[in-house]
Amino acid sequence: MPAQSAIVGIGQTQFSKKIGISEAAVAYQAIQNAVADAGLQMKDIDGLVRYSLDTNNEWQLAYNLGIPQLSYFAVAPGGGNAGANTIQLADLGIKGGLAKNIVVFRARNRGKQSSAGPGQFEGGRPWEKMATQVRETPKKFHNPYGLIAAVQEMAMIARRYMHEFGITYEHFGHVAITERAHAMRNPYAMMREPITMEDYLSARWIAEPLRLFDCCLETDGGAAVVVTSVERAKALKQKPAYILSTGNANVFMTVPGTNYFKPSLFSTESAAVAEMVYGRAGVKPKDVDAAMIYDAFTPRVLIGLEDFGFCKRGEGGDFVAEGNIAWPNGSIPTNTSGGSLSEIYLHGFNLITEAVRQIRGTSTSQVKDAEVVLVASGNFSPTSAFILGSQPS
Amino acid sequence: MTTQPKSIVVPVPSEEDREYWAGAKEGKLLIQKCGGCGRLRNFPSMGCPHCGILKWSWVQSKGKGKIYSWIVVHPPVLPAFADKVPYNVILVELEEGTRIVSSLVDCPNEKIAIGMPVEVVFEKLTEEITLPKFRPAIGAR
Repeated sequence: MPAQSAIVGIGQTQFSKKIGISEAAVAYQAIQNAVADAGLQMKDIDGLVRYSLDTNNEWQLAYNLGIPQLSYFAVAPGGGNAGANTIQLADLGIKGGLAKNIVVFRARNRGKQSSAGPGQFEGGRPWEKMATQVRETPKKFHNPYGLIAAVQEMAMIARRYMHEFGITYEHFGHVAITERAHAMRNPYAMMREPITMEDYLSARWIAEPLRLFDCCLETDGGAAVVVTSVERAKALKQKPAYILSTGNANVFMTVPGTNYFKPSLFSTESAAVAEMVYGRAGVKPKDVDAAMIYDAFTPRVLIGLEDFGFCKRGEGGDFVAEGNIAWPNGSIPTNTSGGSLSEIYLHGFNLITEAVRQIRGTSTSQVKDAEVVLVASGNFSPTSAFILGSQPS
Repeated sequence: MTTQPKSIVVPVPSEEDREYWAGAKEGKLLIQKCGGCGRLRNFPSMGCPHCGILKWSWVQSKGKGKIYSWIVVHPPVLPAFADKVPYNVILVELEEGTRIVSSLVDCPNEKIAIGMPVEVVFEKLTEEITLPKFRPAIGAR
C-alpha cells in the first residue's frame, strides 16, 4: 500500500548536559522549531502524540503553544521502545482522517546536573529518588539484588549474547567507535572527540561485560516532528519523508528490561517487527540505504542488525568489525548522527529526525541518494519500527 | 550534618507472590505452578503466560541449577548498594526449568562462569523478607 502520510517538519533544541530550562520549555521549543521547519503555524496543528514517559501532557502543550484545537491525541507506552510507535500513532491519525497535522515529540532533561527544580516537569533522574519499597512486578524480584538500572539489565543479556554467539568486547567497541566517528561530523552532537579501541577497552566498567562507552549519554534536550497527509505534504516547503510502513510487537513472555524468561533470549520482539515493516512496505533489507537502530547500549545495535536481516543471528559482531555500519563506505550506514551513544539520548527520537534528514539529503553523514531508511526502536521489550521513503511507494 | 539511616531495597508482597515470600522466610524456594496447564513459571504472576489461567499452586524447588548469565555491577549505584560494589547479579536456570535473578555468595566474582552449578541459600533482609541467594554447588566450590 502506498504511503498515506509523511514527515514534513523536524525540530530540536540545543543538546546539553545542563540546558537550564524545564522539560516543558524544552518540549515547546522543539515543537515550535518543527512546526516552523514544516512551514506551518501552530493554528494548523490539530494532533499530538507523545511517549508515556514524557512528563508533558496534551492540555498543557496546547495551552502553552497556542494550539486552538486538538482533535487527535495518542500516547505510545514506554521510552526507548516507543519511538517508532509514536510515528505509527501519527500515521494512523492521518490515515483515519482524525487530524490534519500531527506533532510528535520527546523532551528529556536527564543529565546528572540537569534538574531545573523539584517539580514534575523540571527534569532530573527519577530512579535516584526511587522508593526503597518495591511493589512493581518483576522489579520487586530484581531490585533487592541490585539489578536496577537499565545498563545492569542489558549487561545480563549482553553476557548471554557473548556466550551463545562468540561475541567479543571488541565487537561492542566497534559500535561505539563508529557512532563517535559519525558524531564528529554532526555539529549538534554532544560527543565529538574521536575514540580508539584502546580508549574503549581501557574505559571503566559500568556493569560487566559493559564499559563506559557501551552506554548512551544522559543529557538534556528535545526533538519533534510534524506528520501530515501525502496530499498536504506535496504543497509544503520541505521534501517529504514518506511513512512507508510501521510496526509494533510484544511477543511470547516479553518483559521490559529483564526480558530473561522466554525460552531463548534471542527470540526478539524486533525480529517480529522486522517482518511486519518489510512486508508492509514491500522492501527487503538490501533495499535499505541507512538504518537508525536504537542504541541505548552497544549490544542492542548488534542484535538489531541481526533482527532486521542485515546479517544473520550471531553475526552482528563480525558485521560491524568489517565496517558495514560506518559512513560512507559501509553496506548499511547506521546511526549516522552519532545516535544515543554520541549525539544525544532522547529515547531514540533523535534517530527519527536523523532518518528524515537522510531522506531529505541533509545529514552530516549523508548516504548518497538515500531512498529507504529504517528506524528501529529499542528491542528486549515491546518494540516498534518504521520505514521512511523518498517516494510514497 | 545528620547521619542518614542505611537504605535498603525491600519488596512488598502482593496477592500473587505472598506465598513465595512466606516460603523464602521458611527456607523454601517456591515455584509457581499454573492451575490450568500445569506449567511452572517464575517470576510469580497473576496469570500464566502459556495459557492465561489465573489460578496457581506452588511446588518447592530442589534449589539447584546452573548460572545462565551474570554481571558485575560497578558505580554509579543507588545508596543502598554503595558499600557492596563491585557486586554480582546472576540469572540461574533451575533444574525445574524456570529462571531466577539472584546473587552468588561464597564465590569471588572472578570465578563466576556460565554453566556453573549452584544451590540455593537464604539471606534474611528484614523481619518479613528473606531473599533466596545461591552459592557454588558442592563439587563446584
